[in-house]
Amino acid sequence: MKSDTEKITNSAIKTKERESIIAIASGKGGTGKTLVATSLALASDEDIQFLDCDVEEPNAYVFLKPQLQETIPVILPFPKIDAEKCTGCGDCVEFCEYNALAVVKGKAIVFSELCHSCGGCMLVCPENAISETARQIGVVEIGEAYGMPVIDGVLDVGEAVAPPIIHAVKAQAKLNLITIIDSPPGTACPMIEAVKGSDYCVLVTEPTPFGYHDLTLAVEVVRELDVPCGVIINRANIGDDKVQQYCESENIEILMRIPMDRKIAEAYSEGIPLIEALPEYKEKFNELFREIPPLYQRGA
Amino acid sequence: MKSITVISGKGGTGKTTLTAGFAAVAALPSSPFQKLLERRENIVLADCDVDAADLHLLLQPEIKSEHYFEGGKLAYIDPEKCIACGKCVEMCRFDAISDDFVVSPIDCEGCNVCAYVCPVDAITLNIRESGKWFISDTRFGPMVHARLAAGQGNSGRLVSLVRERVEKIALEQNLEYVLIDGPPGIGCPVIAAISGTDLVLIVTEPTLSAMHDMERILGLAEHFQVPAIVCINKYDINLNNTREIERFLWENKITLADKIPFDLAMVRALTEAKTIVEYAPRKRIALIVENIWRKIIDELR
Repeated sequence: MKSDTEKITNSAIKTKERESIIAIASGKGGTGKTLVATSLALASDEDIQFLDCDVEEPNAYVFLKPQLQETIPVILPFPKIDAEKCTGCGDCVEFCEYNALAVVKGKAIVFSELCHSCGGCMLVCPENAISETARQIGVVEIGEAYGMPVIDGVLDVGEAVAPPIIHAVKAQAKLNLITIIDSPPGTACPMIEAVKGSDYCVLVTEPTPFGYHDLTLAVEVVRELDVPCGVIINRANIGDDKVQQYCESENIEILMRIPMDRKIAEAYSEGIPLIEALPEYKEKFNELFREIPPLYQRGA
Repeated sequence: MKSITVISGKGGTGKTTLTAGFAAVAALPSSPFQKLLERRENIVLADCDVDAADLHLLLQPEIKSEHYFEGGKLAYIDPEKCIACGKCVEMCRFDAISDDFVVSPIDCEGCNVCAYVCPVDAITLNIRESGKWFISDTRFGPMVHARLAAGQGNSGRLVSLVRERVEKIALEQNLEYVLIDGPPGIGCPVIAAISGTDLVLIVTEPTLSAMHDMERILGLAEHFQVPAIVCINKYDINLNNTREIERFLWENKITLADKIPFDLAMVRALTEAKTIVEYAPRKRIALIVENIWRKIIDELR
């Protein structure tokens, strides 16, 4: 497809101007994304920045305990109806693809949680009755931990749309640092927003039917996004070998296997970084870090 | 008809495993506890974790009907008609149109603004087929489930669609309970999965991450005025944290449905595509699952 080729060329140019971006994602939740992302970041000798893009449930801070330096509100424009001017014609309601407007008692009203801030209603209003006002949907927090910048986003409880916060987190990243992105679970818009534009995606899974099934979905999505991927199998000694068979048949590299270990679970439950609780993992993750293709090529 | 959604905030705490367990308890008269009480409930199931749907792996539904989900729209710029005026690039708020006037399907939100501002009508919006949804039969009752296509947005809309269908089935067949397996997080699919339900069951774990996420999801339930009860999965992984959760729930007057110990039988059952209630009906863990379902029913009365 022509459009795909165009995209690749564009992003290829962009990569030359910045350091590598590695996203950690999973499909299924709770497989160990944050465990892997924080371990990778803490085990590396390189200059890293850490982006927590799971803005619905950000958890990396539990392990990294960053010193907060700055909080930036994430503000989106959303429509405001001038009731004096509104004639209730319904043009805006008809135009809105997200059902974020309705005419009630002859006047348009806005359901701001559903609004995608496209600006369309303002364009189509024949009476110029719609203007835009700012609304905060969450924050980006910039901090520092272990000498590395840690940037996370927090969606306000009750807000529906996470991607603008993820976008805002990524916008704060510096170009001259290797970026590790802790992505949200799933394969829908928040995960896509977090992973797109990355040079490589580490997919963390577990060898259960759920882990396997969701891995296949996540692989489909990262391929759609043109991001190369490898797999880490967490709790590798439980379940069955379907994940391994799948990776072999799809030619996906298995980067690491982490066994089911009560000590890992306990350290995780206390918010202790894996490489501090079990120092043998420091070398393993350091090695893994150097083996991730974009970083490996960079060193070579 | 009463509906209950199983959610967690944090992913991977056991929502789907438990949902399937409840379905088994409700539908199968085989467990000792139920024989005693001769109780069973008519249920209909919904998998509302549409972008990583897993409930069907345990329930192995027999698909009765299959439907396309038209999620949103995608702009297409006709290069023959385009005069490269740049109006669409300027007005698109999602950076979805490249400088050489090609629409990125990943970034386009289908808002229609580009087509509206195009002076030569070179842009059309086409409906994108964003997934499928299914009405099925399972050994525990009917089920509505869906599959979002790879790389598609609009998961909230698909969740709403699944909810609509499942409630219709419940009304038509006069089924008492709608049991919904919810998605992780707190965003649009979660809001679509819990709004207007009668109860949410929050599955948490004694980890700092899951505890933090539980507080946020409790906030969400409160925001949408849905009553919430909590169960703690793998409670023996960290007993101090479990006590902390119990204290928090007590202080906030939230019912603790029960605590489930860590047990590899859960994984073994899963590997055999069975619910824990079928796999090990006499194990303590199966009885706890049953007990939580009873608490849910009590709470709904």
